[in-house]
Amino acid sequence: MYQQAKYDEPLLIEIKGKEEKEIIVDVPDKLKRSSLNLPNLEEWQVVRHYTRLSQMNYGVDINTYPLGSCTMKYNPKLNEEIAKWFSYLHPYQDESTVQGALQIMYELQEMLKKITDMDDFTLQPAAGAHGEFTGMLLVRAYHEYKGELEKRRNVLLPDSAHGTNPASAAMAGFNVIEIPSNEKGMVDLEALEAATDDTTAAFMITNPNTLGIFEEEILEIAKIMHKNGALLYYDGANLNAIMGITSPGIMGFDIVHLNLHKTFSTPHGGGGPGSGPVGVRGELVDFLPVPIVRYDGEKYYLDYDVKHTIGKVRSFYGNFGVMVKAWAYIKRFGGEGLKNATIRAVLNSNYLKERIKGHYELPHKDLRKHEFVVKPKNARALDVAKRLLDFGVHAPTIYFPLIVHEALMIEPTESENKETLDKFADIMLQIAKDAEENPEILKEAPHNTAIKRVDEVLAARKPVLTWKDKR
Amino acid sequence: MNEFDDMLKYLGMKSWEELFSDIPKEVWKKEIEIDAMDEISVYRYAKELAAKNKDIFDMPNFLGAGIYFHYIPPAVLEIVGRSEFYTSYTPYQPEISQGMLQTLFEYQSVIAELTGMDVANSSMYDSHTSLGEAARMAYRINKRKEVLVPENLYWEKESVLKNYIAGLGMSIKKYPLNERGMVALDKLQELISEDTAMVYVENPNFFGVIDEGVDEIKEMLGKAIYTVGVNPLSLAVLKPPADYGADIVIGEGQILGNPISFGGPLLGIFATRKQYVRKMPGRLIGETVDQDGRRAFVMTLQTREQHIRRGKATSNICSNEALCAVFSVAFVAYYGANGLKELAKKNMDNARMLMEKLRNAGFNAPIFDAKHFNEFLVELPKNPHEISKELLKHGVHGGLPINAGCYRNVPNSMLLATTELVREEDMDKLVSALKEVS
Repeated sequence: MYQQAKYDEPLLIEIKGKEEKEIIVDVPDKLKRSSLNLPNLEEWQVVRHYTRLSQMNYGVDINTYPLGSCTMKYNPKLNEEIAKWFSYLHPYQDESTVQGALQIMYELQEMLKKITDMDDFTLQPAAGAHGEFTGMLLVRAYHEYKGELEKRRNVLLPDSAHGTNPASAAMAGFNVIEIPSNEKGMVDLEALEAATDDTTAAFMITNPNTLGIFEEEILEIAKIMHKNGALLYYDGANLNAIMGITSPGIMGFDIVHLNLHKTFSTPHGGGGPGSGPVGVRGELVDFLPVPIVRYDGEKYYLDYDVKHTIGKVRSFYGNFGVMVKAWAYIKRFGGEGLKNATIRAVLNSNYLKERIKGHYELPHKDLRKHEFVVKPKNARALDVAKRLLDFGVHAPTIYFPLIVHEALMIEPTESENKETLDKFADIMLQIAKDAEENPEILKEAPHNTAIKRVDEVLAARKPVLTWKDKR
Repeated sequence: MNEFDDMLKYLGMKSWEELFSDIPKEVWKKEIEIDAMDEISVYRYAKELAAKNKDIFDMPNFLGAGIYFHYIPPAVLEIVGRSEFYTSYTPYQPEISQGMLQTLFEYQSVIAELTGMDVANSSMYDSHTSLGEAARMAYRINKRKEVLVPENLYWEKESVLKNYIAGLGMSIKKYPLNERGMVALDKLQELISEDTAMVYVENPNFFGVIDEGVDEIKEMLGKAIYTVGVNPLSLAVLKPPADYGADIVIGEGQILGNPISFGGPLLGIFATRKQYVRKMPGRLIGETVDQDGRRAFVMTLQTREQHIRRGKATSNICSNEALCAVFSVAFVAYYGANGLKELAKKNMDNARMLMEKLRNAGFNAPIFDAKHFNEFLVELPKNPHEISKELLKHGVHGGLPINAGCYRNVPNSMLLATTELVREEDMDKLVSALKEVS
């Protein structure tokens, strides 16, 4: 059985170091700092501290990480190595001194166009949600240009949408209207049609949706939007389910954001950095943020001349280091490799679903894409998740999507083989059995991690947010 | 039978196409026209592209303007390179993610120490988006709609700010700087009104000037929020903004140990006072205990966030820059209080040395009569973009060229940054090249 490392690791500030020295600096007296309460440690002390902490952490490099909608695929080491070669470049360097970096951005843009069938891309957004926000700013700018922003105040989205979708739309100043899902787990087309009119700015949707179900009526949905002068927005969180099979462009989407850290194998870094390029088509290309990398046949350059640009959504050009890794991944595997990744991701998901479905409830339809949502029969999703940790696998996403109570949202990705999937399925079955026969073992889980179940209520009731709070 | 077919068979399928039978045939894609390469070819190709760039070790470089060339100690790279850290994701399961959670808690604490503020979140995307989020937070606090920013706010930052506040119907107004390149306090006072949501001050500011008026602003503000933008390294030697009344402190965390990496990923610092914590954007890590009473860390106050509050969240941010925060806390731990102070001093001393060399060569540097941190303006006799191009021919990369007229009271000039990666010989090279091309 699994046992995570377990240290009584002190906080950085609690490690004994050397005395603080006084250092004379030439700053205005009234702005001089009197003391700085940070430790003075040796390099080995620092390295040991963080190495021990790292051992109390779990990543894809340890084992299966089936976090639904997060696409925790394996991150090839080639990508990491290559990214290091571009570490000491400044974004404002003269173009002649950064041709290699610009070429990578250019090639990435071109490849993303081919994958999605969109007309143009900005690589500037720093993450998926930031891409959504950028997309919503484009929606704003587009309707404003058409003189319709005053009346197009509503952004529609399904009740199964990621939380970032309504948050991004609201941040850009839109009202958010949720469209219910039908019994098959897809958008209720009648409800959508009824809600769409000349007050609709856009419809945001991910396809396949967060249940892992492909929205079969997507062309109909696109028609409803376009008929009403509204835009169709693709949340690319689930692109790993369709690469090479179909594309947002073919499905009729106007704006799409991608998550390079999900689909294109860049590591998730404990929460980030990600990268959220946004692709558009038609008239929308004139509204993209600046600059965009172009090639004039001889050299790569930064184009600030975008007719109705929304300006900037972030400093410089985006999370370049992440782009390099995604570029390396796409180059390495090519179009056929990406398609094979998708096929395998969907096969893995359906195989795993099939292996556990008698033991967990599977609401809605059967055939899924890269992920699926089940609920435990005799336990809470939280307890199943905690018990999974005891077996040295990460838990799925839980309590999401909101339309399934006690949801376990499972996305194995293409990185797993039959052996690791079977192991995961066996563990899930064991837990289902324990839920009936020995429920305490679930409720007391986890047992094998660095700490036992945490008191989240205490954390929120009496927030201790820095080490200063303790003193 | 191979594994693939075996699994298909288990699903009762004859071909993989059946996995996609729910996708209407009209939307099937023919192919993605991108060729694959073997691993060695990708490696070789990337090497060729990397060789087309000139980084700071190939050519001295004086660019800054918000992000800076700092040396990243291998110990820091080694820590961040632990794949238990970098191949994990948001610590949704705290029991198996204590390492990242404690590290981020330490990052929050380090930022709180440097800024003097009560609480810092565990990261925003960059300093620009931190500014946008600060303005939105100010609105949540006082429901006012005007943001006052310095006249030398860089256009990119202003553009990001504008986009972040557009949805709230907020607007931007600029206040002037005085003849020393510092906030013109009397003019600022006149601009503050019942509509002022927030006053934004940078210290050091875009021209590298350490502003001596920052401690006289809070008392003018009434209900308006006082947001200070900092270079976190400067806080090793400068008074923390909390001490002069800041309500929100933002800054660029890249400076603390993150590779400059052609402008990203970066790290938005965001800190505030405890009374405003529930209005804050971004993830917060808190300390608590586990069932056995052991110290434990967990994401907390999540009811502010998009996955719970959806359309009513304080921000839409989900993926953030957690690994960049690991870089920063490891960097601060590596240097310690003494090392950070020495590093800050080295950066300042280098700026002074370069100013002196420029003055000795007949240049006006710095343009503003003020103390500077690690960046300053030097006046140039002709178009700075042309000079910049000519410098390249002399094997040196200048700073950011600034044309006369871009900013009030600023002639043709160049913004020069001097970190610990600039050597005296690099300065000499720059000065003699500047002399030759001017």
